[in-house]
Amino acid sequence: MNANIIVMVATRKGLWLYHSDSKRQQWRVDGPHFLGHIISHAVLDPRDGRTLLAAAKTGHLGPTLYRSTDSGKTWQEAAKPPAFAPSVGEAKARSVDHTFWLAPAHASEPGVWYAGTSPQGLFRSADGGNTWQPFSSINDDPQYRKWMGSAQDGTPDGPKLHSIIVDPRDAKHLYFAMSGGGVHESVDGGKTFQPIMKGLAVVEGFDRSDYTYHDPHCIRLCPSNPDRLYQQNHCGIYRLDRPSDEWVRIGMNMPKEVGDIGFPMVVHPRDDNTAWVFPMDGTAVWPRTSPDGKPAAYVTRNAGETWQRLDAGLPNKQAWWTVKRQAMTADTQESVGLYFGTTSGELWMSSDEGKQWTCIAQHLPEIYAVEAALSV
Amino acid sequence: MKVLIPSALRSYTEASEAEASGVTLAEVLADLDHSYPGIRFRMIDEQDKVRSHIRFFVDGEQVRDLSFPLSATGELIIVQALSGG
Repeated sequence: MNANIIVMVATRKGLWLYHSDSKRQQWRVDGPHFLGHIISHAVLDPRDGRTLLAAAKTGHLGPTLYRSTDSGKTWQEAAKPPAFAPSVGEAKARSVDHTFWLAPAHASEPGVWYAGTSPQGLFRSADGGNTWQPFSSINDDPQYRKWMGSAQDGTPDGPKLHSIIVDPRDAKHLYFAMSGGGVHESVDGGKTFQPIMKGLAVVEGFDRSDYTYHDPHCIRLCPSNPDRLYQQNHCGIYRLDRPSDEWVRIGMNMPKEVGDIGFPMVVHPRDDNTAWVFPMDGTAVWPRTSPDGKPAAYVTRNAGETWQRLDAGLPNKQAWWTVKRQAMTADTQESVGLYFGTTSGELWMSSDEGKQWTCIAQHLPEIYAVEAALSV
Repeated sequence: MKVLIPSALRSYTEASEAEASGVTLAEVLADLDHSYPGIRFRMIDEQDKVRSHIRFFVDGEQVRDLSFPLSATGELIIVQALSGG
């Protein structure tokens, strides 16, 4: 059956949509949308195949969120974008700088979405992204506020709440991660959360028992086995098999000259033993470039026991770009398509699970996020 | 009163000038938001702080306090201080 595949490319200067069919050989570009806006994330609702949310701000205006109910043909601004509760007289009152991560809720909850922000906060919408409210107790919980740190901690443009994950078996089972503050799980629909930190490393010299110092970069749950999660962390690549609460460092099996530092983490839609990463140079001053100027994805087909390099079609020297946290993804086609966007504004894809890469767009602004979905 | 709108906010007003009423800066911005929903939050955050690249001028003088009194015959100029690349 032919499919309408849409790839949403969120950049530092706007949003581009790329359309194709299940062959994924010809791509039609639609954009820019919101030229000049910083788009941190754009996500199509898999529950209806047409509602699209885009998190936006500009360098000089506050954050907002745009919604489309026709797969990006027309847009409306959200009536009430994510914002912290007003805190009268409180010295530590926070304001949302930007919404960073958007996640549709469970299939049984149409119209419900979650959002993660910078500074780190968790928000929920029950009306398809039009109005947003602070969600759960974590935004104002003193312990969570301590773990979150301040704007000065961690990520250069502000700490991020990201990787909001909903268990496909249970709408009340949630995970999220904080770029400063670790990985957290709720089994009661977000009323309470608990950290899951066992087995994770932190930067040398810091206290591993303090969640403040934990820096997960991207967490993904395997759709074919929701008890399995993969994580790309500031300090390595990990796998978690529930009900265990101990992460296993599978990145030690990566080639030593490449290492296991990076930002994105991608899982196979139907095979929980298969996952992809896109390593970057995390040595010395953390150049955040491709290691040695030679970009490549790596795949494991056995849950992290071994890794294979996937660089056919990619530049083999002097390519110093890298791939950000949300800028790599997979589609759900029979031969899984992989997509990634680079810091240098190139959009790459593979229609054979990474064996061969093709550049489908160049000269875009710096790419922040890439998502692939099926539109109606 | 007359409000001059910077280019970054004209997607809301579709014009370089707008009319809004109120006896303080806060009231004028609330009225502006009533006419152009969403415009206030792009300038003022949820803690009622003026965002870092937004400036307000009334009769040539910079105003930082939302309770600043305004007159119906005055002119409010909203300026976006551009930054970054």
